[in-house]
Amino acid sequence: MFKRILIANRGEIAVRIIRACREMGIESVAVYSDVDRRALHVRKADFCEHLGPAPASESYLNIPKILDAARRTGAEAIHPGYGFLSESAKFARACRDAGIVFIGPSPESMESMGSKIKARQNMKRANVPFVPGTETGLKSVAEALAVAESTGYPVMLKASAGGGGKGMRMVADAKALAGALESAQSEAQRAFGDSEVYIEKLIENPRHVEMQIFGDAQGNIIYLAERECSVQRRHQKVLEEAPCSFVDPEMRRRMGEVAIKVAKAANYYNAGTVEFLVDADKNFYFLEMNTRLQVEHPVTEMVTGIDLVQLQLRVAAGEPLPIRQEEIILRGHAMELRIYAEDPDNNFFPSPGRITRLISPSGPGIRRDSGMYEGWVVPLDYDPLLAKLIAYGEDRPQVINRLRRALVEYFIGGIKTNLSLFRRILLHPDFQAGRVDTGFLDRLLQEPPVGDARTARRTPIVALAAAIFAQQPPPGSQPARNQDGLHAAAQRTPATASNGDTKPGGWKAAARTEGVGR
Amino acid sequence: MKYEVLIDGHLHQVELERADKGYECTVDGEPFVLDVVMTARDVLSIIHGGRNYEAKREYSLMGETHIIIGSERFAAEVRDPRSLRSRRAAAGAEAGPAKIIAPMPGKIVRVIAAEGDEVEVGQGLVVVEAMKMQNEIKSTKKGKVTKIAVHEASAVNAGDLLAIVE
Repeated sequence: MFKRILIANRGEIAVRIIRACREMGIESVAVYSDVDRRALHVRKADFCEHLGPAPASESYLNIPKILDAARRTGAEAIHPGYGFLSESAKFARACRDAGIVFIGPSPESMESMGSKIKARQNMKRANVPFVPGTETGLKSVAEALAVAESTGYPVMLKASAGGGGKGMRMVADAKALAGALESAQSEAQRAFGDSEVYIEKLIENPRHVEMQIFGDAQGNIIYLAERECSVQRRHQKVLEEAPCSFVDPEMRRRMGEVAIKVAKAANYYNAGTVEFLVDADKNFYFLEMNTRLQVEHPVTEMVTGIDLVQLQLRVAAGEPLPIRQEEIILRGHAMELRIYAEDPDNNFFPSPGRITRLISPSGPGIRRDSGMYEGWVVPLDYDPLLAKLIAYGEDRPQVINRLRRALVEYFIGGIKTNLSLFRRILLHPDFQAGRVDTGFLDRLLQEPPVGDARTARRTPIVALAAAIFAQQPPPGSQPARNQDGLHAAAQRTPATASNGDTKPGGWKAAARTEGVGR
Repeated sequence: MKYEVLIDGHLHQVELERADKGYECTVDGEPFVLDVVMTARDVLSIIHGGRNYEAKREYSLMGETHIIIGSERFAAEVRDPRSLRSRRAAAGAEAGPAKIIAPMPGKIVRVIAAEGDEVEVGQGLVVVEAMKMQNEIKSTKKGKVTKIAVHEASAVNAGDLLAIVE
C-alpha cells in the first residue's frame, strides 16, 4: 500500500479522501491556491503544498505544478477527486510518465469514454442501448436541423467534453435550434476549451439513474447498485439516493450487466459510473460514463457498506477486488443533499462570503461530508458545493424523516444556502411517493411555497427576538459583554478574524506585532 | 422600552421590560413573559410558556436584518421611535431612483443596458459571473437608466453599485 498520496482537489472531496487515508495509515498531501490557505482540506492534511493564484488554470488544473508538488513531497500516488483534473486523460498519462500512480482508470479508458461521441461509437459496437442522435460533433446548423428532423423534436444539444450541465441546451423546435447551438458551443468552449457539441433526441420526463461499477487491474468488474439522481436543477444534481425505488431486482441486474459491458468495452478499472436515462416503461438508455468517483458516492457506501475511496486506493495499489458480485448485498436506504452556497429565494444566485455561524446536525443515521467551518470565507472562484448531508435508514420514509429532522438542526449563517429548498423537496407528495423525474424540481419551483401553519403563532416571538437582538451589538462585532444583563455563553473571537475585513482583528493585530502577518 | 418592529412588511408594537430571568413584554398589546439567554453571538434561546424557540440573527447583503426561527426566515426591521434617523429612513425609502447593487462579488461579463435606455421591472441590466455561474442582474424599477457604474471585465464586490434606474 502507498505510504503517502497527494490529493489534487479541494473542498469536501479532498477532506473525504484525507479521512480515508488517515484510516488506512496513509499520509496525505493537500494542495491549495492563494484563496484556499484557510480551507478545511488544508487544515486536515498531513502535508500541504501551495500551487499558485486562485484561477484553477494556475492551481488545481495546472498539471506541472501538481506533479512538482507530488515530487517535492514524495507522494507515490495522486487522487484527483471529482471535477478539476479527474477526467483528464492527459493528466493520468502525465502521472504515469512521472512514475506516479493515478488513482483512477487508465488514460486509454478515459479517452475512450471522455468524449461522449467516442463513447457512443464504442457502445454501439458493444450493443448497449442508447438514445438516438449523432455520433459526431455537429459541423453546421444545417446538419443539426437534418438530424433533429430525423429523430423528432424536442432534442438536446450536449457538449462532447461536458458534464455538470455546461454546454447543454433543450431545443423545442427548428426555430430555436441555430441560436441554441451557438450558445451551447460558446459555453462548451468557455467551460472545457472544446466547442464540440452533439445532438440527441430528448426522452421526455426521464429518470436519471446511474450504476456504480468497480474494476481491478486483474480484469474483475462488479456493479454496486444504482443511484437515483433525478432531482436536478439546470442539469445539476441536487439530491441523490440509493437504491432507486423505481428499479426492481430484475431491472437492477439487467442495468448492472449492461454497465459491466460498458466498462469491459473500455478495459476499465477503478471506480466508475454508468449513467442511464430511464423512461416511464422502465426502458433504459446509456447516457455516458463518468470515469471518476462521483460526488454522490456516499449513498452507495451506506447501502453496500463498502468504503469506495479506500477501495480506490487498494485497487490503485494493485490489489484485486476483495468482494465478488454475489457478495454485494443492499441494506436499507440512503439519501444525499448537496448543500450549495446559493440563494434559492433569489434565482439561486451564488452566495460566497463568510460563514458567521455554523450549527451542524448529528445523531442517528446522519453523515456530513463537509468542506466548511464557522468563520471560513467561501471563495467566489470555485464550485459552490459546501457540504453533503447524507442520511441512512432502514427504509426510504425513515431516511426522509431523518433528513427533515437534521434540517431543523442545521444552520448556516452569514451566507445563503439551498437548505430551505430541501425542506420543500422532502415534504412534496410526489417526492415522498418516489414519483420523480428530471423535471420534478423545475415543476416544484413553479409552485408557490406552502405557508407553514406555525408562522402565525411564531410572529410575535419573531418580533420580540428582533427587538431583543436590537439591544445587542450587530452581527460581526464583538460578542455581548453582559450588556443589559444578557451575555453570550460562548464568548469568543473567531480565529479567522478579519480575513478580508479592513479593520484588523485581535489575531491579525497580534500577528502583525509579532511580524508574522501574511 | 418601546419599539416598532416590521416583520415581513407587517408592523408590530413591541414593549420590552427586563424582568427576573428575561423579559416581560407585549406585542400589539398582548402580554408575553419570556425566559431568554444568548447561547452564542446572534443566537437566542427563548422559552415562552414552556415552548422553546431558538432565534438566530443575520444580516443580508443589502443590510436587511433576518431573524431565523426553526426553518423559517423573517425579514425584520426594528425602529426605535425615539430615533430620528430611523423615522427618516421609514419615510422616504421607496421614492426616488433605484440603485441596482451587486448581490455577490464577481466579474462583469456583459453590460446589457446602456445609459438612457428605458427599462421595465425585471429587465436585465448587466451579467455578473461568480462561482462559474453567469447571473443576469435585473432592474427593480421601471424607468430610465441614468447610470451604468461598471464596464465589462470589471470586478465587483457584494453591495457595489451597478446601475441607477430613475
